Order: sequence, then structure tokens, then C-alpha cells
Amino acid sequence: MKRMTKAFFAFLIALLPMMAMAQIDGEFVKPRTGKFLLQNATVVTITKGTLNNTSILIENGKIAQVGTSISAADAEVIDCTGLVIYPGMIDGGTRLGLVEVSSVAETTDYAEVGNVTPNMQALTAVNPNSEAIPVTRVSGVTTVLTVPSGGLFPGTAALINLVGYTPDQMYAGFKAVVMNFPSSARRGRFDRRSDDDIKKDNEKALKNANEIWDKAKTYGELKANGAELEYYPEMEQMAKVIAGEIPLLIEVNAAGDIQNALKWIEGKDAKFILSGVAEGWRVADEIAKSGVPVVTGPVQELPTRDSDRYDAAYSNPGKLAKAGVKVAIRTNEEENVRNLPFHAGFAAAYGMGKEEAWKAVTINPAEIFGVADMYGSIEVGKVANLIVATEDPFETRSEIMHVFISGYRIPLSNRHIRLYQEFLERSPGLKAN
Amino acid sequence: MKKINYFLAALMGLSFSFASAQTPKGSVLIKNATVLTVTKGTLENSDVLVQDGIIKKVGQNLSAPSGVETIDATGKYLIPGIIDAHSHVALDVVNEATAPIVAEVRMRDVVNPFEVGIYRALAGGVTISHAMHGSANVVGGQNVTLKHRWGAEDPAGIIMQDAPRTIKFALGENPTRVHGRGRGIQPRTRMGVEAILRNGFNEALQYKKAWEEYNAAASQKGNTTLAPEYDERLQTLVDILDGKIIIHCHSYRADEIYMLINVARDFGITKLVFQHTNEGFKVAPEIAEYTMGASVFADWWAYKFEVYYSTAFNAAILQKNGAITSINSDSAELIRHLYHEAAKTQRYGGMTDDEALSMITINPAKQLGISDKVGSIEVGKQADLVIFEGHPLSVYAVPQQTYVDGIKYFDIKEDADDQRLRVSPTEMVEPIYMTQEDHRCLQDVELSFSDISKSLFNTNY
Repeated sequence: MKRMTKAFFAFLIALLPMMAMAQIDGEFVKPRTGKFLLQNATVVTITKGTLNNTSILIENGKIAQVGTSISAADAEVIDCTGLVIYPGMIDGGTRLGLVEVSSVAETTDYAEVGNVTPNMQALTAVNPNSEAIPVTRVSGVTTVLTVPSGGLFPGTAALINLVGYTPDQMYAGFKAVVMNFPSSARRGRFDRRSDDDIKKDNEKALKNANEIWDKAKTYGELKANGAELEYYPEMEQMAKVIAGEIPLLIEVNAAGDIQNALKWIEGKDAKFILSGVAEGWRVADEIAKSGVPVVTGPVQELPTRDSDRYDAAYSNPGKLAKAGVKVAIRTNEEENVRNLPFHAGFAAAYGMGKEEAWKAVTINPAEIFGVADMYGSIEVGKVANLIVATEDPFETRSEIMHVFISGYRIPLSNRHIRLYQEFLERSPGLKAN
Repeated sequence: MKKINYFLAALMGLSFSFASAQTPKGSVLIKNATVLTVTKGTLENSDVLVQDGIIKKVGQNLSAPSGVETIDATGKYLIPGIIDAHSHVALDVVNEATAPIVAEVRMRDVVNPFEVGIYRALAGGVTISHAMHGSANVVGGQNVTLKHRWGAEDPAGIIMQDAPRTIKFALGENPTRVHGRGRGIQPRTRMGVEAILRNGFNEALQYKKAWEEYNAAASQKGNTTLAPEYDERLQTLVDILDGKIIIHCHSYRADEIYMLINVARDFGITKLVFQHTNEGFKVAPEIAEYTMGASVFADWWAYKFEVYYSTAFNAAILQKNGAITSINSDSAELIRHLYHEAAKTQRYGGMTDDEALSMITINPAKQLGISDKVGSIEVGKQADLVIFEGHPLSVYAVPQQTYVDGIKYFDIKEDADDQRLRVSPTEMVEPIYMTQEDHRCLQDVELSFSDISKSLFNTNY
């Protein structure tokens, strides 16, 4: 009870800066950059242990110093006594920025027409002003992979930071061409194809994928030899995958499909990442042996088969990690990417453990995406993506007190919070005037 | 001889109907738990004695009567069984989408006790679910309240027979799309939705009057008046007007919520609960004053335009304004972690532990009219209980055991890989489902509107 009173007061205190910052006479306070000193916190670095009574200096968008006695007279000091600082969380698979209202077609931009459209750039369609972005970042998620979907090669995903007014300002330095690996599973209960038809469709799609791969290979070889080729943007992009310039993010979920995908990868020189991997636990050892990293999730999800244990999806990340797979966690969400800490919390509770689960939303995705020199942990020189919280941000009741993305101090406000402020005590109330 | 046969047959029939009405009840003593009663505070190191499915004692140092098993729950938390006020679990079909009013259909006729979702809900501590008709109609079918007695093969075995009747209503986009845009009949707009309601209730009043007049005449000597034609649909509306059925209304926008409050007040209806209610926070004072509250999602928004202007603080605003507030799932996935959904009201609105827990226990019980029987740990109530490792509002909480009527239906230690009760012999290869399709409010509607089925699949909430 006492704990709750405390939490409630902490919450009220958390509201104060919001009230001061969010809206003053119609003025909206923007994210702002500067020199910030986060003083006297418990710092969970992820890669360098947990540091007590430690301060962090943010300068020029980077983590400039981490230590116990930092002096920076001209910095804006933020007292973090009693608070914890974590690196910002990274969601390894979302549609954030590509969807405003999922049922309204004109607000969704993740699925282009066509089966082979690897040249479609998610980064182009990201709406930096989507309402979902401020809703997401106050939860401590600072960076997401935003992923197109649809056909066999639906487009190119992009890693974005949740601050900035143009896609280029948001871009966090990683792209991947997406492949929906041909599936032998049903798409849902409404998928009433016969088992035979599913098998045939699957074989046909796989053959198609191989043909495209070979064609792109030929295209790349001809180009490298100086051939003058017709404008062919799809092959242009695929050739980059084959040359290892852009990784291939393979969406694959059923156990048999994962095995097929691993076979398909064998002998190919490109860089590969598996994504989804809902039934990864069935073939975890094989995935580990392949050395291919995995972005898995959602964790709060139903098992894929009626005969599965109820917690199959909760325990999947832990089982993969135990087998030796490098695991990142994703929500596969759009408006509720804010639930990433809870997906990770469930993974932690069902076998993964807190430490591994934290890695799965910080340093692991940073490494898998090749941006660990900039993101994923609290180390001097990395981009200042930091969250300050009352306690472990996976904990549901935890309050996020401050968020920094690319060194910008983020206003802890969004439409959800503004509606709360307006309607908690509505005026007029029940009776008019 | 013949008479005896008749007598025996009658006796057999009787015992058969008794058998189907009997549900298993258990006895157990749970010791040394942190007991979160929800209504009577938190009791440290306390025991709960259950006999014949009823909570008999709550206190310390209780001893088990002979033959009653003792469970040591030291270091663990005990809470009342979680109640989901909006679910479609264990239903073979969900929508009878053929008319704007289908009050006569009953979900109790389509209960499927074999659905593995029941077991999965138990594994998340949910003991009671409100299995609802879909949202295709302004006045939908009658819902059924289920007790998750996993293993019962008779549908009657999982129906909570002592729960009152409830009925589904729906406002806004779903009924206007299905009927107005899908079939070219009223309602196409929110104006039409109000008209359907007022026309329906007025017709019901006339129907009621016709029967009252007939009954009055029938009691007269030498009466020759013919009885009015019986109409189950209108009779159900009469039952609503007479306060015999609780309305549970699918709703999103503040204006439509306010409209139904006005209609209900005009017809003297007080048994009204709003479901989803994403914009309930905008009319929280009205909901608090005139209805039995709202049952909401913890944080769902923006999946359709009607919920674009919603807030995760909805439950907290409703609660602080005095409305009875519950958190529901409407989902085979979410139903498995409603304790976590309830905890989100602490992040979004600073609810206390008791406030948060009440939203998945005593408050939904009130909204289903069963709060005298379940929804808290109190002597005399039905023994629906859950043992948790970790505080149930922690993200790291893991349900350990779930009891319904004092009988254990879930134990994490006895959880086997395959919990299905029945495997279809025609299903040679078990299907693998990669797309979550657990929001079933508009399930079955697609069959009647193949031309718009694609968009319905995309937004079947």
C-alpha cells in the first residue's frame, strides 16, 4: 500500500514537468538539444555493468562522459537521485510511422502493390508527425525498425530514431530488404486452401524466390562487368543484397519454414536476419548452429498451434537465447509499440531472465543491425538515447521521468496525456455550468 | 406396470437433468499466502479455507478439516478469480448479422466447451468470461456468462447458471457499416442507430400492452379474446425494459455513448454497461451518474478511426469520476494476461493496487450482476481463486494455480504440452496459424457480405 502511495506521488511529480512543458497557452514545447548533466543515478549500462551514484553528461547529441564526479558548469543539471537510467529501447520490428489508423486505407503505407518490390523504401513513407510517435517514445522506446510487408520482397525496412522532422533526421543508419519467406502454414482460420494446395503454393513461391535471386545475381554480375542495363530498380536493390551491401530480413515463422529458410541461406554470401520466428523454439538448435541472428516477437501472442503450451510465445525468446541464438525482441506493432518493455518483461518472466531480455531490446538489436558503435548501451561516444525511470522500465507501474533521443530532451507529452489533463476533471462536469 | 415404467422414466429424466445441472465443487485450504481480497484489503500470511466450492473462512492459522487438501502458498499471492467482461471465448459463432435487432438469439446455444482458449484463459487466472454476441447489430443477441470448468463436455457445465441475463448492443461504425452500407437498410448513420433503438423499444411497449390487455381479458369469465402472436424478439426487449436483462453496449465515441444514456433514461432503463467505450472519458460524469459503468481496453487505440482520439488514461479517468470501471480483453490473446492489462492503469493514471485489481475482479462482477457471488475473497462467495508467483500487477508475475468453485483447473506444475480435450479425426495435419485473429466482434459477418469481406477482415473489432 505504502509502495503504491509512493508510486502515486512519484507519478504526480512526474506530471509536474509535463504540465509545465506540454502546453502553455497554446505553446507547444518542442524537443530541444543542449548540454545536459543527469546527476546521481543508478546507471544500467547493459554492456559495462550497473553503476551506482553515477552521472551522465550529454553533449552534441552524444554521451560525452559517464562517471561519479563530472563537472560541467554550463550544463543543464537534472537531478536523478533515486532514479535509474537505461539506454533507450530498440524495437526490432514495427510499422511505426507507416500507419496512422490501421483500418483507414489512405493512412496505411506499408504494403505496396506487387510481389517483388524490394526498392520500396519504408523511410520514404515514415510520417515524422504520426501521433503514435510521441505516444511511443514516452514509454522509453527510442528507436524502431519500421518494416514494409506484403509480397515476397515487399520493400526495404529502415531503422529510425523517434525524434526529427524529416525521415533523414530520424534515420538511424540501418536498412534491410525484407523477404516474406514462402510459408507452408495457413494464414488464418479463413485460409481454407487444402493441404495439397498449400504445399503447391509454397513450392511455387520458393521456386519464384530462387529465380528472382538468380536473376539478381546475374544482374549484379553484368553490372559489375560494366554492362549497360535497362533501368530495373527491383534488381538494382536485390543485387545490393547479394553483394552484401544490404542485409536480407527474412520474415519466417513456422518451424518447417524456418528450416527451409536456413537451407535456403546456406551457401549464399549475403547477410541474413530472421524475423518473427514464432516457432523458433522448435528448431532453436538449428538456428543457433546457423549463426543467423533473430528478431522475434510479438511475445504477448497466442501459440501458433492449438496443441502448444499456453506460454509457447512467452517462452520463445528465452529458449532461443538459451540455445545460443542472438535474439532481439519486436512488437510487430504500430500504435502500441509502447508495449515493447512489457513484451520483454514477459520474455524475462518466462525463462529469458531480465538481463538477457534487456539485451534483446538494446545491444542485441544494435549489433544485429550493425549500429552497436552508436546505439544499444550507455558508453561514452554513443548517441545519447537514454531513459530515466523510477524503476526498471519493464515493470508496468514504472514511470518514465525523462527521455533523451539523439541528445534531444523529449517533452513527456502526447495526445493521450493531453486528453488526460483535459478530461480528468472535466468542466463543465455533470450539470451544465 | 405401465404406470411404473412412466414413473421410472420420469425419475430417470429427473436424475439426468439434476446431473447436468450439477457442477463439480471442491474443498481446499490455501495457507500462508498474501491474500489480496480486493474488497477487504490485503492480508499477509493468511489462509483461505474452501469447502464445497464456497469460501468458508479467511484468517490465520486455519486448519484443514479431514480430507481437505492443504496448499502451501508461502511467498505467493492469492487473488480472486479474474473476470473478463468482454470475450468471445468458447463460442462456435459470434454474429447473427441478419437484422438490426436480433434480441432473440442466445449465445448459450453455441457454447463450445472444447475450445482450448478456455484452458489458456485459466492459465492467465481468468475464471469467468462474458461470452458475447458480436457487434454487427444495434441490438444483438443475448450473451452468456461462463465459468471456466475446463474438462466439462456438456456446454451446460461451463455456463454460470446463476448469472443474470445480459444482451449485446452496438453503436456506431459496425452496425451502420453492416446494415446501412452493407445492405442498404437503416441504420446507415448514428441518427439511424438511435431510431432503431427508439422504434424497437416503442414497439416492445405496444407488445407488452397487448399482452397485458389480453391477460386482463383472459381472466374475465367467458372471455373470447385471442392471444397476441408470441414474438421472442419483442419479448426480450420487454424484458430489458422490465429490468430483467443487463445491456452491454459496444461503443466508442462520446456522442453515441451519450445518446444511449438518453434513450435509456427516457425508457427507464438503468441496467446498462458500456463496452470498449474508448471515448468514455469524455462523458465520464454521465456514465458514472446514469449507468453501471464501462468496460474498456487498457491501451488499445487507433486500430480504427472511431478510436483515434482515445487515451490509455481512459480507465483511470472513468474510475476517478466514480464510474464502475473494468478492463476486458475481447481477445483470445489478451484474456491470458488481464492482470497485466489492469496494471497498465498504474502507469496510465496512478491507480492503487486495489483500484487496478478491482477492474478485473469485483467491478466486472458488478457489471455482470454477479458481485454477490464472485469478484472478491470474502466468506460466502464462490471459491474462484488464483495463486500467483510475484505480485499480480508486476510484469514478472506468473500465475501458478487457478481454482473454480474450489476445484483446481490449472496448475503450472502439471501443465502438459497438449491440453486439447478433443482432437478432430479429420485434421490429419494440425494447422499452424500465423495471423492472430482473435478479435471476433464481427466474426461470421464476412459470409453475408463477400464484397466487403476484405475490409471486415482488416477491422473485425
